[in-house]
Amino acid sequence: MSLLEVENLSLSIRDMPILHDVDLKIEAGEVLGVVGESGSGKSITALAVMQLLPVGSAWKGSIRLDGNALETYSEKQMCALRGNDIGMVFQEPMTALNPVQTIGDQVAETILVHSGSSRREARRIAREALNRVGLPPEQFPLDRYPHDLSGGQRQRVVIAMAIALRPKLLIADEPTTALDVTTQAQILKLLKSLVEEDDMGLILITHDLAVVADMADHIAIMKDGVIVEAGETVSLFRQMSHPYTRALFEASNHVPTRNPDHGADGSKPVIEIDSVVRDYALPRRSLFSAPDHFRAVDRVSLAIMHGENVGLVGESGCGKSTLTRAILALDAVQGGEIRLDGKLFSTTGEGPDRQMRRRVQVVFQDPYSSFNPRHRVDRLITEPFFLLEKQPDAEERDARIATALSNVGLQPSDAHKYIHEFSGGQRQRIAIARALIIEPSLIILDEAVSALDVSIRAQILDLLADLSDRLAVSYLFISHDLSVVRAITDRVLVMKAGKIVEEGRTEEVFRNPQHSYTRELLAATPILDEALRAREARATAE
Amino acid sequence: MLPFLIKRLISLTLSLLAASLVIFFVIEVVPGDPASFMLGLNASPDTVAALRESLGLNASVPLRYWQWITGLVQGEFGISYTYKVPVGELIADRFWVSMPLSIYALTLSTLIAFPVGVIAAARRNSPADVSIMGVTQLGIAVPNFWFAMLLVLFFAVSLRWFSAGGFPGWEAGFWAGMKALTLPAIALALPQASILARVMRSSLLDTLGEDFVRTARAKGLTHRQALWKHALRNALIPVLTIIGLQFSFLLAGAIIIENVFFLPGLGRLVFQGITQRDLIVVKSVIFLLVFAVILVTFLVDITYAVVDPRLRRRSA
Repeated sequence: MSLLEVENLSLSIRDMPILHDVDLKIEAGEVLGVVGESGSGKSITALAVMQLLPVGSAWKGSIRLDGNALETYSEKQMCALRGNDIGMVFQEPMTALNPVQTIGDQVAETILVHSGSSRREARRIAREALNRVGLPPEQFPLDRYPHDLSGGQRQRVVIAMAIALRPKLLIADEPTTALDVTTQAQILKLLKSLVEEDDMGLILITHDLAVVADMADHIAIMKDGVIVEAGETVSLFRQMSHPYTRALFEASNHVPTRNPDHGADGSKPVIEIDSVVRDYALPRRSLFSAPDHFRAVDRVSLAIMHGENVGLVGESGCGKSTLTRAILALDAVQGGEIRLDGKLFSTTGEGPDRQMRRRVQVVFQDPYSSFNPRHRVDRLITEPFFLLEKQPDAEERDARIATALSNVGLQPSDAHKYIHEFSGGQRQRIAIARALIIEPSLIILDEAVSALDVSIRAQILDLLADLSDRLAVSYLFISHDLSVVRAITDRVLVMKAGKIVEEGRTEEVFRNPQHSYTRELLAATPILDEALRAREARATAE
Repeated sequence: MLPFLIKRLISLTLSLLAASLVIFFVIEVVPGDPASFMLGLNASPDTVAALRESLGLNASVPLRYWQWITGLVQGEFGISYTYKVPVGELIADRFWVSMPLSIYALTLSTLIAFPVGVIAAARRNSPADVSIMGVTQLGIAVPNFWFAMLLVLFFAVSLRWFSAGGFPGWEAGFWAGMKALTLPAIALALPQASILARVMRSSLLDTLGEDFVRTARAKGLTHRQALWKHALRNALIPVLTIIGLQFSFLLAGAIIIENVFFLPGLGRLVFQGITQRDLIVVKSVIFLLVFAVILVTFLVDITYAVVDPRLRRRSA
């Protein structure tokens, strides 16, 4: 008898079929990775096991935990089960905790709900659980509030709540997707040690193949509510009998083929950033003291040549986005200069004129929130035209819209549609078209592929590579995802605490990192091949 | 918490100072001569001059402001031009009607709105929710003076449980006073409760959709426990804002209800002051109301900080 057996689980929400005959099985002490892209039904499967389905859901099939059929359980019995026998950890640690309760109370609540223990005893167990997840009492007393903690620390609190009563099964739904790589590595290590110590089953839901290859003993691959392939990790990856598994595998390792020099002219810089400083004023400590400053960007210098693709990597809070805003001259700098083609673009107290602004364009991370939903595509992508001295006439405007759309792989007829008619990947293409239409010399891609599924991400990377090859446009590619930066850039800069700590040819930096922080980042990044090799080596050793 | 309180207190004092300046300048300085304004078009120059003298209008503007402010602090508001009695006494009498009435109405509306809003949110789209939404819609739409007249017809004229109007004064005893205020308080509370219940419902529905409520459910809390222990407190901020606004409104905005029930309240006093051009009364009542509004805002700010620990640090 397995710890959890899901058989023929079919589910629909308001008559819209979501899951079809899903079968899953997990043993105690085992990690099951459930992999799929957005909309594949992996989170709904987890919520079905928890019986926390959205309103209007109907399901059939069987879910058995330790041999007990959950479909026969009443809501009251399920409440007794949740948190006690099954714990769950969610994706977004920033919002998963109640902001008006202390972390101690929130962890202790799990214990109070399920056992008759006193408040004091519950707090003692809560303290133990927090210690176990690496939040020691000296820095993290029980009376701290969630807003005092970082994302990684909050995720540890959520894990502490889920494991406080040592459940038999833990479900973690994208537990590290919102976290930095080094934090991700720590949280994954923590989850693994908890599985070993408590002989707990862990269902790890993720879109990241490299993470499951490292963590999971068995893997199930989901697509459109169906498990297309399932099996033991190494053999599944070695065989990959289903075409979707292969496609997923290829997409996550995808490196666009490049024209070797792709029009790069190494002699002339497009943009030169010279000792740029960005300070933020902190709130005053008292009424009469001058406000302190936080230096988000500390004398950063860099140059990007014509046609060159430069990557900027670093973890959240390192100053990447602040630097982006400074380069776009959206914020005034407190020191240094930014020059565009040798001409002053932005310096202390001075922004650029319109003519120069059109030379730098940007594509943001979230394709769902970066468009006005009431405008049609033609209006959206011609917005930068206001930077031109002479507005193009109707004919030229249409021609340029058509060129921009076909450049990004869309149809000129798409110009008359609204943005909600497009998928996330298509929207990101439209965002790129909006940046391209004004023929800039430099496009800043701020986490431009981070919100996309791997297969879409591979397509957008191909598109970006192709555009850079054909149009000799330069990119500043900002990302926390090292594998993506490695796939598309010529040169890479590593940023930490407002400073560039390492810079060099991308391949060289990745192969032979010099700075300890770069080494740390690379070590924390899960790599599919290495994870599989390590797993095989362990299997042979046993 | 202490630096937060001190900061809020400083901002309270500054707001009061600014408000007093605005009131003083608008009423005393800007529209020409208050004395001739109070006496009307047909007054003889001698009468105007006498009134100017007795009002102390011949002193310099800063001095008059200073005298007014120091008077206010000592509780001396001046002598009413029409009633010929100290304004302080006039206001005090009316204040002890309006203030209890406002608190009474607000307590009623909160006591009704909280459970009603929570039930509607907890059973979204159920028959209970639909009927609550319908009734509150009606409560907002019905004019409160009309509702007040219905109350009088039913409870005073037919059932004879309450008197149809008037206020016996607190000398007649606490319960007699409260009884006289009951119908007006109900009339005032109905629309307020309807608005508040709707705010409570929508705010709670928003919070029930938050991730931390799902986390609470994953810990094994029932739907009801998650609502009471996690969603409710987080849903309170918008509700508190509305309560603060409603209290300020009730204090001076009850004038129609005061008229329906013949209550000697602040609303009626200021209305009479305006029609009789008794600027001393108007100025003092306005200042008192401004003071009340600022004080209520201060209290609401403090309650925010009690409810939400994040606000304590941000503002401190």
